[in-house]
Amino acid sequence: MFSYVLKRLMGLIPTLFLVAVMVFLFVHLLPGDPARLAAGPEADEQTVALVRTDLGLDLPMHQQFVRFFVNAAHGDFGISLRSKLPVSQEIMERFWPTMWLTLTSMIWAVIFGLFIGIFSAVWRNEWPDRLGMTLAVSGISFPPFALGMVFMEVFSVQLGWLPTVGADSWRHYILPSLTLGAGVAAIMARFTRSSFIEILKEDFVRTARAKGLPERIVVAKHCLRNALIPVVTMMGLQFGFLLGGSIVVEKVFNWPGMGRLLIDAVEMRDYPIIQAEILLFSLEFIFINLIVDVLYAVINPSIRYK
Amino acid sequence: MSTSTPTPSVAPVVATAAATLIRTPLSEFWRKFKKQPLALAAAGFVVFLVLLAVLAPYISPYDAENYFDYDALNAGPSLQHWFGVDSLGHDIFSRILVGTQLSLAVGFSSVALGAIVGTFAGLIAGYYEGWADRIIMRICDVLFAFPGILLAIAIVAMLGNGMTNVIIAVAIFSIPAFARLVRGNTLSLKQLTYIEAVRSIGANDMTIILRHIFPGTISSVVVYFTMRIGTSIITAASLSFLGLGAQPPTPEWGAMLNEARSDMMTAPHIAIFPSLAIFLTVLAFNLLGDGLRDALDPKLEQK
Repeated sequence: MFSYVLKRLMGLIPTLFLVAVMVFLFVHLLPGDPARLAAGPEADEQTVALVRTDLGLDLPMHQQFVRFFVNAAHGDFGISLRSKLPVSQEIMERFWPTMWLTLTSMIWAVIFGLFIGIFSAVWRNEWPDRLGMTLAVSGISFPPFALGMVFMEVFSVQLGWLPTVGADSWRHYILPSLTLGAGVAAIMARFTRSSFIEILKEDFVRTARAKGLPERIVVAKHCLRNALIPVVTMMGLQFGFLLGGSIVVEKVFNWPGMGRLLIDAVEMRDYPIIQAEILLFSLEFIFINLIVDVLYAVINPSIRYK
Repeated sequence: MSTSTPTPSVAPVVATAAATLIRTPLSEFWRKFKKQPLALAAAGFVVFLVLLAVLAPYISPYDAENYFDYDALNAGPSLQHWFGVDSLGHDIFSRILVGTQLSLAVGFSSVALGAIVGTFAGLIAGYYEGWADRIIMRICDVLFAFPGILLAIAIVAMLGNGMTNVIIAVAIFSIPAFARLVRGNTLSLKQLTYIEAVRSIGANDMTIILRHIFPGTISSVVVYFTMRIGTSIITAASLSFLGLGAQPPTPEWGAMLNEARSDMMTAPHIAIFPSLAIFLTVLAFNLLGDGLRDALDPKLEQK
């Protein structure tokens, strides 16, 4: 097990390196002079030159990259152009609201998705299946921001049950996490269904039924574990979808998270923030995929010994 | 003859016996596709949307950007304004119609761009393997390391706001998926005997790739293409919703929803119609994609 994790970690190094290079190059691909951007539009030539030396933008590219890399490893991403606060501080304040939102969405999406998928597979081509799959294809087709606005209209404006914007109490989490999780729940439901249908055809299922086990136990004990293997992989991929989706949902619900920070930063051309956020989002995604791979190996022993 | 893969000894007999019953890939596809009422309906709806998009400038009752009805600000649906009026006095029905044109154009062109580049990269990677494969797949890995829309936001942040940049951003983020799909197909296709035969009569690599391997990948590319259009329409609308794509007063659906946000309390209809438009369009493409997959994907045939 340990050697498997180690091998997967080593395999990440080239990807991590390339992601770091791309994030580093991002500033240099921006139209205009980064030093001019940092100094502000009304700065004179002298100030711009000063800022350039200060940020190390006059150094050769490879030295700049090493500097960027070493600083980033220390959690230093420079100073926000807008608020003049350290980027790391700005992001730390926003990190947990987004993390909690993503996690709650993931949890409910997985639970709902699994249940709908299993019910659809067990009652294949009957009404629970039709209902479940209609819900699922609708969930995939409804854009998160539109869904969020519909939820807000119905539950906050019309019925007045839940708060509209902000992140102060657990009640604030309900609508945003439902909105964000809907797409993932739909994909999980479709995926679980097709995975489960495959499993139900296996010989060992027939054996379990033949020895007189109740169908409930066949499904819950014999099929579930096997059907989960592809579903877990899918979960990892969906996490990226959630991280991306959170950017949109945070705008709808005015959520004080990383997504809104990113959008504000793009609007204000606050590139140190953009750079740090892109790096952080990608790292999160890469490591979640690593965790999923390890989970995968836990569930399916044959992977470990390849 | 219920199996779809006739053995070589039987095939010529069938062909001469009844020329009208020859099963071409197209007729075979149609036979399976027409059994799916939902997919047929979705295909019909997509055709209807394309017609609407083409005819939008001629049939929209009011100018989408420059017509203002100041007497009916935020008014709900009526005979005069079918979908109501927004806070600036625009006719929402006209804007939705013109928005159809925008969304379909953006969805189609960005996926087409991504599919062309991705398919070509996948063919090269799968056919040559070795270093070409390693480089192309490594680039795909890196593109995949950025969660979906984040990549698009980064690209728009680099290139600036606007619809053209949104198309480029969405195209780039479709490339790796097509490349992986086609690479996988190519790897298995090139092992087949007919490719060996073509090579032994002296065909060059480009002929083999484009005339003999590429046709084998088309069906999965078409399925993925259709499914991807829905995702791309949502991504493009999301970017506009975030204020990074189409700018007001352009009647893009996402941008319209962004404008509607401030009037949610007083005039919810401004948000409802663009939401419905995106939902129905994306739903149609997704259902069509599902139908195409069931009709074209040989793996599902055994079920």
